[in-house]
Parts: sequence; C-alpha cells; structure tokens
Amino acid sequence: MKRTTIHAWLMLLPAMTLLVAFTHYPAIKTIIASFWTTGRGRRESQFAGLDNYAKLLGDDVFWQVLGNNLIYAAITIPVSIALAISMALFVNKKLLGRSAVRMAYFTPTVLPLIAVANIWLFFYTPGFGLIDQIRGLFGLPEQNWMGSPSTALYTMMAVTIWKEAGFFMIFYLAALQAISPSLYEAAEIEGAPRWAVFRRITLPLLMPTTLFVSVNAVINAFRMIDHIFTMTGGGPNNASSLLLFYIYEVAFRQWNTAYAATLTVVMLVILAALAIGQFFFLDRKVHYK
Amino acid sequence: MPNLTKLGLMATAAGFLAASPALALDLEFYFPVAVGGAAADTIEALTSEYAAAHPELNISAIYAGSYNDASAKAITAAHGGNPPQISVLLSTDTYTLIDEDLIVPFDDYVTAEEAESWIGGFYPAFMLNGQSEGKTWGIPFQRSTPVMYWNKEAFAAAGLDPEHAPANWEELVSISQTLTTRDDNGNVTQWGLRIPSAGFPYWLFQGLAIPNGGILADATGTHTSFDDPAVIEAAQFLYDLANVHGVMAPGAIEWGATPKAFFEGETAIMWTTTGNLVNVTNNAPFDFGVAMLPANVSRGAPTGGGNFYLFKESSDAQKEAAVDFVQWITAPAQSARWTMATGYVAPRAETWELPAMQAYVQEVPGALVARDQLEFAKAELSTFQNSQITKIFNDALASVLAGQTDATTAMTEAQAKADAILADYR
Repeated sequence: MKRTTIHAWLMLLPAMTLLVAFTHYPAIKTIIASFWTTGRGRRESQFAGLDNYAKLLGDDVFWQVLGNNLIYAAITIPVSIALAISMALFVNKKLLGRSAVRMAYFTPTVLPLIAVANIWLFFYTPGFGLIDQIRGLFGLPEQNWMGSPSTALYTMMAVTIWKEAGFFMIFYLAALQAISPSLYEAAEIEGAPRWAVFRRITLPLLMPTTLFVSVNAVINAFRMIDHIFTMTGGGPNNASSLLLFYIYEVAFRQWNTAYAATLTVVMLVILAALAIGQFFFLDRKVHYK
Repeated sequence: MPNLTKLGLMATAAGFLAASPALALDLEFYFPVAVGGAAADTIEALTSEYAAAHPELNISAIYAGSYNDASAKAITAAHGGNPPQISVLLSTDTYTLIDEDLIVPFDDYVTAEEAESWIGGFYPAFMLNGQSEGKTWGIPFQRSTPVMYWNKEAFAAAGLDPEHAPANWEELVSISQTLTTRDDNGNVTQWGLRIPSAGFPYWLFQGLAIPNGGILADATGTHTSFDDPAVIEAAQFLYDLANVHGVMAPGAIEWGATPKAFFEGETAIMWTTTGNLVNVTNNAPFDFGVAMLPANVSRGAPTGGGNFYLFKESSDAQKEAAVDFVQWITAPAQSARWTMATGYVAPRAETWELPAMQAYVQEVPGALVARDQLEFAKAELSTFQNSQITKIFNDALASVLAGQTDATTAMTEAQAKADAILADYR
C-alpha cells in the first residue's frame, strides 16, 4: 500500500470508529434483530423470519402513527419554513429595536422542548388555560383541543412550528445578509416591483439554505417527540402519537425489542429515502446560475 | 496510540473491578418519585440512617426518575448484567419482572415466623398485585388508592349539604348536576365532577368498574375480562357523565392540571390519588372533604403505587441484607415518617396505631379515608405483557370517551386483542 493511502486511512480512523460504533453497527444490529422474536427471561429469542413485518402490516396503531407522522411533516415543515422566511425578511430591515425582535423570535429555540411543552400545556389547559381565558373574554365556551382525537395532533404541530420557525430564521437571516446589495440596486434601477425582486432575486438565492433547512426539518419531524411525552402521551387513542414515540413505547414500556427494531427499520428506510431524494433531486435545482 | 491502549486496559480493569464482589457488601436500591420533592429527601434520609447503623453495608439509594423511567432503568441494567439488588417499581410490574426472570420471591429469604408476622401484616388489598404462583414477589411501600375530594364551599353555595359527599352513582350524578353551573351564554363556569382520563385512564376507570362488579384481570395475570357486561356498563357510565348528564368536561381530561382545576373552582369534585392529599391540604383555598369513591353494586376502588422487588442477580448475602433493609424501612416507625411526609397510605395496620400517626390523622382526617377504603379495594390491572395489555385497554377506553366507538364494540375488540397476546402465557 502506498504511504499516502495508509496515511489517509489513519486520518479517517477516529471518525470512522465513532461512526461505525454508534451508527452503522447499531443500524445493522437493528435490522438483524427485526428478524428474531423478543427474548424474555423465561423464553429464548428465536428466528422469526418475516413474522415481525407481517405483524407490522396488520398493526392498526402502526398505520395510525405513520399517517399522523406524514400529516405532521406535511404541515409543520412548509409552515415553519414560510414563517422563518417572513420573520427573517422582517428583521433584516432597518427597524426600531431590531436586536430585541430578533432575540424574541429566537427565544423558543433556546428553550428546552420539555420547558416549551409545559408552557403550551398551560396555554391549552381547558377552562383556566391562557387560550380559554382569552376566549372567555369573548364569551366563547371552553375547548379541550388536546383531549380530543380530532384536534390533538394539531396542538402538537403548533408547538413544533413555534419552536422551529425561530431556529430556521437564523439560517435565513444569515443567507439574506450574504446576498449582494448590488443585485437589489440593479433591480431598483430597472424599476422591478417588490414581488418580482423577492421572486427573482431573494428566493432563488435562498434555495441552498432552504435545502439545508428542509433536510433538518424533515429529520426533526421524525425525531422531535419530547413535547408528546410531556403533553399528551400520544393520546387520546394514539391521535397525537408519532412513529418515534410509538417505537419508544414498544421498546421501553412494552419491552418488545424485536418489534421495536422492526419499526425502527421502517423509520430508517423512510428517512434514508427522504434524505436521498432531497439531495439528489433538489440539489440540482437549488443553485442559482 | 499507546494512550488509547492504556485507556482501553483501564476501562477493562474497571469493568472487572465492578463485577467482582467488593469487601463491604454492596446494596444498590433504585427508587422512583411520582410526586414532589419530599419523597426523595425522605427516602434518602431513611437510607442513610440505616447505612449508619450498618457499617458492613455499602448501601446506595439511587433516584431513578418516574415510575416508567425507573422500570426502564432497572430492566436495562438487569439485561446488561448489573441490576440493583432491590428496587421500588410499580406494583403492576410484577408479571413483567417474572416474565423477564429478573426477580425472586421474598418467601425464600424470611423465616416461617417472619412470613407470618411481616408479610402477613400488610393490608391484603395491597398484597393482591404482589402475589402470584403462591409466592410473594412485591412488598408494599409507596402505595395509594384513588379518593374523591370535594369543595365544601361550592356544595354550600349550590344549596347542598357541605358535609355529605356523593355515596353512590345516583347521588354522584344528581349532586354533580346541581354543582354544574353555566353563564348566560350557556358556557360552563363550574363543572360538577372531574375524573382525569388522559394518559392512563384505566386506573380511575377501575374506580367505576370495581364498584360495578367488574374485575379487569384475574390473579394469574393471563386472563382479562374487558368484555364483561359490568365493565362495559362502567365505560358507558363514564362516557355518559360527560356526554349525557353533562357534569364533566368532554374529551380526555389531564391528570396534572386536575388539582389546579379543583383549587381554581373549575370543578367542585375531583377524583385523584391520595398521594395528592398533602398538596391539596397545603393549597386548597377553601374547606374541602375527602371521601371514598361512590358505591354502585358495592363500594370499591383499585390500589396503586409501588412495591419493593428483590432482584435475582445477586449473592445470597446481598439478598438477605436487602430483605433486612426492606423489613426495616416498612416497619412502623419508618413507615409512619414516610406516610406523613408524602401522603402515601401506610401499608401495615400496626403503623396506624403509633402515637405519631394518631396525632397525624387528627390533623389530616382525610388520610384515614384511604386506609378505610382498602377494605373494598381490589388489584390494579396487571397481567403478563402488562404495558401492551394496558395500552390496548387505555386506547379502547379513550375511543369510547371520545365517542369514536361504542362501549360494547370497543371492549369486545380490546378483549380479543388481549386474548391473542395472553394466549402464549396460558
């Protein structure tokens, strides 16, 4: 082997060790575990073939949480990105108390999700929560959005959007400040209307940021579940449960590790497909030439 | 590189050291805390007292989070080959721990005389969840039962006798109807009744099912009776309270906000654990009463809370020391301190006879209600594959309460699902 090759491998080794130990090995182990039954003290784990996958196809709760997760992603991602762009545009202007406004938008991101969830729990509480106190002023009846299967999921989405939009705003703000002012000056000389400036200059130049943000948003839509623990516990009747929350329940409450591994494989496949899709298809379109 | 090797060696050596028996006898004890800070402080204080009296032991009480966290930690540690010697976990974890082959019964580590005087000295209702296959697997420690709290001022304001709590279901409905008030727009300003149902609705639901003659699971942990007409009727009644009688807020009702709703006058009656007694005593801005859950066919309520378990993976010397510690901490003097600090029900009759406890019940008469209710109490829902079975039941009940499924269909389906899982264990 050439000296440089050895050198290269040695340089890669530390990172690779960590990656293999904490990402690749567990992933492969999970895939293997999904073909076995869960071993319990009194009974050994046995090879189960595709039994776990067959069970998954017939599992109502799985389909429900998967559906929930898709709705959750389909709403929280575009809404939080749109909000992030509008907030970034707003605080990028010259404006009184600009730092204070920027900070206010960013605050939800700094707070731990558990704390955020507790604040929202108070907002939503029927009867004497903040929302109901305000509704009471207008003579509206109390609501129980978190306790009703038709609305519980949307209450979770509001928390996520509130939390995420400020975080994404920071990236957009950085991107906006990197856009050369000469482009806007040129547009002004041409007499372009504001909407055209936004559509033809700002938006295309924000596309690389949008790709980055949307990859993050997709991952978060499948990964952030802390508020569900604090607020609804996935209820009522799994209405606000998401895939990862269900995996946690199966793995660490029911101790059905084999079935949890099967669910995890499904989640890995979904995330891998989405990430690959985003990088290969969107990547071609995001760079402005 | 040499540094890395050294580190690796050190880690391996540390691993061996941890696995080998140390000179002083190690005793690890996991405990969960479900309510407030006083509980953790009291357990730690009691443990260090015991440790001071037993220098040959190296005992450490480890706070392990909520009940769920604690069982997750204990089971994970046991799978990793390093379990605690004793742990307080939910009384309903018995079958799960037996199934995982992680615990041993206490019977083998006590003399026949101790079995009689010590194990026999606990209230029978508290032993129901801890005994199976003719053995005692769980020793009651932080135990509770649901009770009914009522706002005497709200009763008086509605023209009701403030000293009389609803004693049966009929009274529960009629009194709650009188207590439910609406403003000019027809919006409710005060609900009559609040039975929290979010998260784990089965527990308080048992407070309706048991008085109606419905037992959710048998003592072998392998059979459920979700489709028993008495259970279905109780589920229908819980639905009706909100949707027919209009005395309770519809939808899933939060546990956490329940005491607050009671303090704020949002509800005039609430059902919750006796574990809230200290909280309510300190924070209710009005005169309140505590009563047993109302009767239907009979009185009745579930028990709840945590038991001591003895883990298998330890030496006989450790197990004997562990049992001795459990005997000490459940003895009247310690048990009384624990009860007065937390509001949990002291699980032995002799504890209630101590002068300190007599003085305590003078001050907080509500504490006696929970004890007296034990006469009518039955086991909390617990089976093999407990979390899965409980989830099936909770989901079914939630769908009934949300009006998605009628009680008969939901409970019959839940029973079929439970049967499919439990068939392996019969």
